Amino acid sequence: MDMGPHAAFIWLSYAVVTVTVIGLILWLLADGWKQRAELAALERQGVKRRSSH
Amino acid sequence: MKSFWALIKRDLRLAVREGGAIGTALGFFLVVVSLMPLGLGPDLNLLARIAAGVLWIALLLAALLSLNRIFEADYEDGTLDVLATGPLPLELVSAAKALAHWITTGIPLAIMAPVLGILLNLDLNSYPILVATTLIGTPAVSFLGAIGAALTMKTRRGGLLLAVIVLPFYVPTLIFGISAVSAAAGPGGLGASFLILAAVSLVAVVLGPVAAAAALRIQLQ
Amino acid sequence: MQTLTQRLANPTRFMELSARVLPWVTAASAILLVYGLYLAFLDSPPDYQQGETVRIMYIHVPCAWLSMMIYGLIALSSFGLLVFRHPLADVSAKAAAPLGAAFTFLALVTGSLWGKPMWGTYWVWDARLTSVLLLFFLYLGLIALRSALEDEGAAAKLTAVLALVGVTLLPIIKFSVNWWNTLHQPSTDFTSTVDPSMRLPLLVMALAFTLMFFAMHLKAMRNEILRRRVKALRTQAVMGRDRLAPQAAE
Repeated sequence: MDMGPHAAFIWLSYAVVTVTVIGLILWLLADGWKQRAELAALERQGVKRRSSH
Repeated sequence: MKSFWALIKRDLRLAVREGGAIGTALGFFLVVVSLMPLGLGPDLNLLARIAAGVLWIALLLAALLSLNRIFEADYEDGTLDVLATGPLPLELVSAAKALAHWITTGIPLAIMAPVLGILLNLDLNSYPILVATTLIGTPAVSFLGAIGAALTMKTRRGGLLLAVIVLPFYVPTLIFGISAVSAAAGPGGLGASFLILAAVSLVAVVLGPVAAAAALRIQLQ
Repeated sequence: MQTLTQRLANPTRFMELSARVLPWVTAASAILLVYGLYLAFLDSPPDYQQGETVRIMYIHVPCAWLSMMIYGLIALSSFGLLVFRHPLADVSAKAAAPLGAAFTFLALVTGSLWGKPMWGTYWVWDARLTSVLLLFFLYLGLIALRSALEDEGAAAKLTAVLALVGVTLLPIIKFSVNWWNTLHQPSTDFTSTVDPSMRLPLLVMALAFTLMFFAMHLKAMRNEILRRRVKALRTQAVMGRDRLAPQAAE
């Protein structure tokens, strides 16, 4: 796809946005797994939420 | 209202007794302005063109130096709790402290500005308008700064955080303050920028104490 | 008859509802993104002035739009916290801030990369980019303030105050930047009118980005709620241990 003489700027812009967006998604997913893992660990230790009694 | 003026007088007396703070601010102002030609070269034409901007920016930075103490000192010795439960609403307490800061720091800096203008070859016609704009604009610096002071009261390195938070709020004052000076140096005179500068300060005088009081109430819970 | 915000006030209910909504929002955003990219590259013409670089507009404008919308969302959440004490208002504000900062950063970067072929430099102090830069500072202030405060409850409310002050002063700041710009530059307002053939890709991309943000925001809120559960349980465990110390452990 010929994007003209300034093609590098176009691809670079889209690349930066893509990388950042993917980075955000990965961070959100990883953070979610981390919290769930910690909740599971606490549950194993016997600490329960009051509402689950 | 008596308590309002009493509080201001007390803060002024404390500031006079302390002495150091205003000297430091003025000294900082002087040093920063002096660094500009050292950094940019002694070309007097260049300096004359940027003089208003440099003076205003250095003034903002110098004013920021003393802002984070306006509530902290009273918080540390418990006076702030007493003030909070006293007859004066926290909004007026904040207004009093901001006003005291303006009197002890803003006004001296505003008066010093034309003196430092000499170092920057500021156009002589601009001197009166420079003093006018800094006097009208510095209330915004004190009153908006009070918001930052209240928000960062209990944090470590609060001074730096205060600067980061508050500097964007100073942009209108900066822009209209400088624009008013440049407008006066030309064929115009007091222009729209001067009036808008005054309006921004008025907004600050109203918004500042309200927001600062809200923050103080949260801090004192 | 409960309003939506009232029904969502309970974190557990929010978790249930968001779990159901999230896949749909994600899917919709993905579909729109693909469609938008197709339109942006394969179904829209180059600009008669800028050539192909106008295609950067299709991601720059959505990012710039998001940077402002997210700040508005944070201001709204802050209002909800301070005035209505809505239990999830702070979760919303806290989750949105880093996302807002990220999209503002992207608006700046894409704006800069768009500007270089157009104006010859990587940064230009035009009104739009300058306003976005100042908005970026406002986001940084919110994030910095929150991380500097240890008491989470106070941090929530103080950050909310800062957000409301920011949103109040933002119109004045933007006005002053526009003023400053007209003083120092003749009008360099690029593409103030958008050609109709470019409106559809722009709209689709803007919508796609907005849905994408909502998906991210929901996920970030869910993570924050989980984080607070972990913290509460840890506190409970520590206190429980102290209280039960003389008795045998279960």
